[in-house]
Amino acid sequence: MPEVLKIQNLNFSYGPSAVLSDVSFTVSQGDYLALAGPNGAGKTTLIKVILGLEKKTSGSGQLLGEDIDKFKSWEKIGYLPQKIHTFNPLFPVSAQEVVSLGLLSKKKYPKILNLADRQKIKNTLDRLGTANLARRPINELSGGEQQKVFLARALVSQPQILILDEPSAALDPETRTNFFQLLAKLNQEQKLTIIIITHDTAYIGQYANKLLYLDKKVIFCGPLVDFCHSPDMEKYFGVFSQHLICHQHSSN
Amino acid sequence: MLIFDFWQYEFIQRAYLAGALIAILSATLGLFLVLRRLSLIGDGLSHVSFGAIALALFFGLYPFYLAVPLVLIASFFIFKLSEKSKMYGDSAIGIVSSVGIAAGVILASLSNGFNVDLLSYLFGNILAISQPELYLSLVLSGLVLVIILFFYNDLFSTTFDEAYAKISGIKTDRLNLLLISLTAITVVLAIKMVGIMLISALLILPATSALQIAKGFKVALMLSSAIAVFSVLSGLSLSFYANLPAGATIVMVNFLVFVFLFSWQKLRFNGH
Repeated sequence: MPEVLKIQNLNFSYGPSAVLSDVSFTVSQGDYLALAGPNGAGKTTLIKVILGLEKKTSGSGQLLGEDIDKFKSWEKIGYLPQKIHTFNPLFPVSAQEVVSLGLLSKKKYPKILNLADRQKIKNTLDRLGTANLARRPINELSGGEQQKVFLARALVSQPQILILDEPSAALDPETRTNFFQLLAKLNQEQKLTIIIITHDTAYIGQYANKLLYLDKKVIFCGPLVDFCHSPDMEKYFGVFSQHLICHQHSSN
Repeated sequence: MLIFDFWQYEFIQRAYLAGALIAILSATLGLFLVLRRLSLIGDGLSHVSFGAIALALFFGLYPFYLAVPLVLIASFFIFKLSEKSKMYGDSAIGIVSSVGIAAGVILASLSNGFNVDLLSYLFGNILAISQPELYLSLVLSGLVLVIILFFYNDLFSTTFDEAYAKISGIKTDRLNLLLISLTAITVVLAIKMVGIMLISALLILPATSALQIAKGFKVALMLSSAIAVFSVLSGLSLSFYANLPAGATIVMVNFLVFVFLFSWQKLRFNGH
């Protein structure tokens, strides 16, 4: 499978304190990469650098063959941020208007939705089982429903890569399971490349095929099978977590 | 005297037309500003206008011509101070605003105190809008509305979720600068209508009233403009009949609409 993301010797620091040090890894098309690590390990910063929200200090990166600093094909990238609840609760916006942002921001000026775009919005909401929410104000939806609407916004432009930053933090166990099953389905059926920051170790094992464990530098990067046989990883994850991930992976 | 009797006067026609235009303009921009928690930027820029107008009067220049560029420069400073320095937006507004007022007071004192002209800008006089000022309002309002329509979706996206807009490839920095510059032009246009002291009410009240009941963004935009136009037209009419100052009456009508919609929303919510 071709590489869709290649990061080489990437460094990033806030002033004198290094946040990412000599980070290198690759992601291939169709991969389901789990990005794990302790708090403050630089996971969100790494995603921000990839998405152009932060400028790297040094190193290089290529996203879909383009330099990450000059990347312009944003319609090929879907993104679900960590804090979906940061939007203004007074903002009068319906679920379908939120989803339309996933298309509008990537269109050429004057950025007007056509019939095909409206159909895409409808289809995406349908696919995620949220068609009934289309006209409802986003601030009147539950946390799980909001998360699905924001996922629809990330998917509506039919991206090649979906990047998610701790998407399950605010979800109850049942909604969380459904959410991860949905991601797995998208990955398997549509070969959507997924990069996900998560602390849900059980789900990492169940669905991801690659793991990147970060603690300011790359501690482990590779297939989960290799991780399960790595004695070095035990000290980072602990016996229990490593066992849990590997058990889920082997039983999947 | 009926409203139709007033209409025969050209200065009344100019007041209604310019008032309605500025109302739509300030209500549209106001919605973006209120939702981005930048409501007080209108207040800050109006204070800068005070300094700019005092400077123009000091040198015997036409205030509009000096106020537009100076307020635009001030808006640029507010933007740069809040974006590039370790400073919150409201602090940047406070700094630029107080410098504007201080400059105005010093210039007024150098020209032997506040003259009548400067005071008229403090409280506005919509009936004194001249033909050239009406044309200038028409052109600038048209320009600002066209720009808002053209960038509507980017402004919507950035207002709702700036980080996502940035990732989507929208140049949010440029857009923020555009929004603040359009606000600067609107503030200068609105000075003649309600005066420096009351401008922020035109930006904040219609938008806040609309947000009480609107369920979608486009509805909120249209409702905000409708409330602003209604308040200006009825405020002006009321000021003729009751012999009240026009600017202050417009603001009070805006406030009454807000109180009505706020109470209605509360009653409806409690009813459920």
